[in-house]
Amino acid sequence: MADGAHSGSAMPDPIHQFEINRLWHIDLFGFDASFTNSALFMVVAVALIVGFLLYAISGRLLVPSRLQSLAETAYEFIANMVRESMGEQGMKFFPLVFTIFMFIFTVNMLGMVPGFFTVTSHVAVTAALALLVFTIVLLVGFAKNGLGFLRLFVPSGVPVLILPFVTMIEVISFISRPISHSIRLFANMLGGHITLKVFAGFIVMLLGSQSVAVNLLAPLPLAGAVALMALEFLVAFLQAYVFTMLTCMYLNDALHPGH
Amino acid sequence: MAAETATTTGTEVPHSAGHAKVFPPMNPADFSPQIIWLAITFAALYLLLSRMVLPRIGEVIDERKDRIKRDLESAERLKDETDKALRSYEKALADARSNAGAIAKENQAKLTAEVDVERKKLDAALNAKLADAESSITATKSKAMQSVSEIAADTAAALASALSGQNISVDEAKRAVSTAAGK
Repeated sequence: MADGAHSGSAMPDPIHQFEINRLWHIDLFGFDASFTNSALFMVVAVALIVGFLLYAISGRLLVPSRLQSLAETAYEFIANMVRESMGEQGMKFFPLVFTIFMFIFTVNMLGMVPGFFTVTSHVAVTAALALLVFTIVLLVGFAKNGLGFLRLFVPSGVPVLILPFVTMIEVISFISRPISHSIRLFANMLGGHITLKVFAGFIVMLLGSQSVAVNLLAPLPLAGAVALMALEFLVAFLQAYVFTMLTCMYLNDALHPGH
Repeated sequence: MAAETATTTGTEVPHSAGHAKVFPPMNPADFSPQIIWLAITFAALYLLLSRMVLPRIGEVIDERKDRIKRDLESAERLKDETDKALRSYEKALADARSNAGAIAKENQAKLTAEVDVERKKLDAALNAKLADAESSITATKSKAMQSVSEIAADTAAALASALSGQNISVDEAKRAVSTAAGK
């Protein structure tokens, strides 16, 4: 961006922020396992989550401090979500659901810091998470219900004539779950950050112009960027919530396949 | 940042120079390091949370719930005890009231009886005195009356002697007087 001054209307590249940089090249049995900027923020997120929660709960206060009540609120929030969608027997998935929510929420929020990398803006990460959930649903579903898990695809109360058709739709919708599950999170984070960067780029472009009249227009995209920033904070939380909520619903199908 | 130095002319869109041609968020070359590190960090986070962090938070929350339940129970118990104490206090108060009433009534009866006795005594004494006085009056009166008849007899004898010139004894006069008085 140092050359922005003499190039006048140069637009900062909105895609540049998503580039993966290999900070430390590692080769693992022929696979590229390099420690990248993405991995760095994953590690930072894990450290932040564990550090924060352990510190917040360290007082073990009967009347919680602010930090402790924050940790307890997060716990109760996810615990209630799990209980409401899966019932008491779903609580064995609570650590998994809590991990998914805290991980996505924290990397989303870290991504909001200017200059930080957004882990969830890459489809590889969100698809891996969605496939993890999908695989667990399949494994638990068949382990718990045996072939009864297939009832998931045969809704009750449907006329026999159209039952094959409905079953086909159910199978397709089940298989497309990890796709929609992962694309929703990835696209929201990607799109939001590109839009933010574009608006920020407009400010630089307008200020870089020789004309004072054009310079004076710069506050408009600035206001837009501020509003978008607020929206993006909401999206960062909301997408973590949606991903977690859908995880709960899918896991519930594994526990109770009957419609 | 180094990639951006390639953009010098104003019209050029920057990502043509040093970047890969593919859209970075979907670059398959970057998939494996991301997925491998996601697996490592996610597994680490899962283990740390499920083994260490979540049990601690859950423990604190359960402890508080237990404590609140216990406190509510003991408050309920204390309330029952208070009610009981209040009821026994009220009963004692009512008993004391009725006792006090009984004592007051008893005292009043006793006092009334004493007063009655005194009054009767006084009445009797007064009556006795009255009777004495009456009897002494009667005695005095009869004595006086006797004296009167004596005087009358004397006077009658003297008068009769003087008028008749006969010597009339006092006894005769007495007889005459008592005959006259007896009419």
